[in-house]
Amino acid sequence: MAAVLPPQAAPHEFLRARTRWHPLEIVFWLSTLLPFVVVPEYLQLASQIAIAALFAISLDLILGYAGIVSIGHAAYFGLGAYTAGILSKHGIGEPVVLLVLGAIVAGVVGYASSFIIARFRHLALIMITLGICLMFYEAANLAGWLTGGADGLQGIKIGPLAGTFKFDLYGKTAYSYSLIVLFLCFLLARRLTHSPFGLSLRGIRENAVRMPAIGAPSDAHIRKVYTIAAAIAGIAGAVLAQTTSTVSLEVLGFQRSADVLVMLIMGGAGKLYGGILGSIVYMVARDQFSGINPQYWYFWIGLMMVLVVMYLPNGLLGGLEKLTARWRRSPT
Amino acid sequence: MKAFSLCLGGLLAAMFAASGALAQQAVKLGLILPYSGQFADTATQMDNAIKLYVKQHGDSAGGRKIEIIRKDSGGIAPDVAKRLAQELVVRDRVDVLTGLILTPNALAVGDVSAEAKKFTVIMNAATSIITTKSPYMARTSVTTPMLNESLGMWAAKTGVKRVFTMVSDFGPAHDAEEGFIRAFKEAGGQVVGSVRFPVANPDFAAFVQRAKDSNPDGIYAWVPGGVQPAAIGKALSERGIDTKKFRVMGQGELTSDEALQSLGENALGIITVFHYDHNLGNKLNRAFVQAYNADYKRNPDLFSIGGWDGMHLIYEVLKKTGGKTDGEAMIGAAKGMKWESPRGPMMIDPQTRDVVQDVYIRRVERVGGKLVNVDFDKVRNVKDPVKARMK
Repeated sequence: MAAVLPPQAAPHEFLRARTRWHPLEIVFWLSTLLPFVVVPEYLQLASQIAIAALFAISLDLILGYAGIVSIGHAAYFGLGAYTAGILSKHGIGEPVVLLVLGAIVAGVVGYASSFIIARFRHLALIMITLGICLMFYEAANLAGWLTGGADGLQGIKIGPLAGTFKFDLYGKTAYSYSLIVLFLCFLLARRLTHSPFGLSLRGIRENAVRMPAIGAPSDAHIRKVYTIAAAIAGIAGAVLAQTTSTVSLEVLGFQRSADVLVMLIMGGAGKLYGGILGSIVYMVARDQFSGINPQYWYFWIGLMMVLVVMYLPNGLLGGLEKLTARWRRSPT
Repeated sequence: MKAFSLCLGGLLAAMFAASGALAQQAVKLGLILPYSGQFADTATQMDNAIKLYVKQHGDSAGGRKIEIIRKDSGGIAPDVAKRLAQELVVRDRVDVLTGLILTPNALAVGDVSAEAKKFTVIMNAATSIITTKSPYMARTSVTTPMLNESLGMWAAKTGVKRVFTMVSDFGPAHDAEEGFIRAFKEAGGQVVGSVRFPVANPDFAAFVQRAKDSNPDGIYAWVPGGVQPAAIGKALSERGIDTKKFRVMGQGELTSDEALQSLGENALGIITVFHYDHNLGNKLNRAFVQAYNADYKRNPDLFSIGGWDGMHLIYEVLKKTGGKTDGEAMIGAAKGMKWESPRGPMMIDPQTRDVVQDVYIRRVERVGGKLVNVDFDKVRNVKDPVKARMK
């Protein structure tokens, strides 16, 4: 989607060109309203897709842009979910307030752990991120008095959105809410990745040692983006807790970290829309396959993953871009 | 918003009109089970029993055809289970929600059951409070306190004075331990010591030694299945505790068929409490086990019996309501319903909508060269003790 400019253009010219909205982007965001009309009985699923997409965007910021491999990103998702759930039990029912608090808690913990994250690369990061996530999982399991332990948190009371819209059985409120939050966070992430900060993140991904040499402090940038990503993951978790009124240990589970990674890689890392597209395809496929065959549907998911990685190394979005590029070239 | 609720009202009214006109329309059951992931086998066992029930009793009840819609919750995932339940209600228009092997999932579905006023049958999840989540919920499995409080009481009454408890450190085990200790103390017993060990503990020698040092006349143990029962059996025999003479007690899972295979000789004499075993001698059970084996080449277990009785409850309720499927009518018909199950006499408690049943005290013995759980005593008509105390 990026317009390629001749290299002599001034850097701010380059950045400005990138921030311009492509017509396809506008079409995409308008089409997210379609489920309300076309498939109103799937709104609950649409809401969970929006949450997964938000979570994938947050992972994309650190993995796709800064090159920080994480298979424990659910730690922050879970923190956000538990924060929203536990506080709602103690009288804070306003969804937006809970959302902010969930983001703050996840962000603070993300900031604290970013000091460790910034010191390592690659394989070591896999172990560290997984380790952090497992620690939170066990802590939540042990603190049964606070989290409800293995049974899940009970007594979550979420007030109506903006004091008017109750979270209904059809998922109308849930989807509207998740979609608005997704869009706002997407705007933030988009602004971020198209800024000089975003560019230096990409520099870190390509060569972390070289960046300080050109005046960009790698460690500080990594800490910053990791904190932001953690806060967004916390928001995603809080939205899930609110729209479903459930929180259980599984929000911190390895499966959730792995799923989001799969969605991001399938959609295409490092492109923001990749995460969104990946979560749409993955969640819809999962829903359809498991509806057709509740016992052995993982086979089809597995097959799909292998095919995508084999034939579309840059994910679905990468494949689409290639296709449109070829189509554009062919008439000439 | 107002326009929307008007639309919704109109839609609902149209639905009711339609259901009146089409009395022969199928009754839809939404079956939510963990078909994939680490609990997949429990879902298989339950689904087998459900298929067998439909095969033996036909696919209609109360003059209406029964259609089952299966959904995979994939392990512990209350958000998924809840969404599936919501979709079953709004998209597939099911009349009954059922299945539900895992507690967090069952609790989440409780909200949907209450809001949509759908009759819901819990076929396994065993945490006491689940049925309080929705007034349209009934349960056909068992509750953890039901088993362990019965065992605690029984132990104290049959001469055990001093007990040492050792359980895994996680939710279900805590509930079991708490239930056992409470009933045991109430019946005059004394707990001389308790330990909780990590869930994935490979070696129990130190814990068994600690138990031995505190000189109890009984040990209560709760470990998850897998390799742990064998490890605990080994530790007991190494420390010279003869399970044939010394009272080692636990919940049924401790001596499940798989556990017995790995425990071997060390299992002999272990006493467990459970609500069902395929060795129960009554006629209904023998026929059930035989038919089950004929179709699936294995023995039914607790998941199977929960599914079987759940289907029975749904069929009988439909017969009683004459095919009416609104939540009020169905739960009304379920309350106080009694039947004879392969596991013995069953009843749905009219107050709590939970199951009332006999629980069996069994001892591992060698019968015809095989290790089996032989029931030698039972506690009759056990109600869930936690909800009894709530009032």
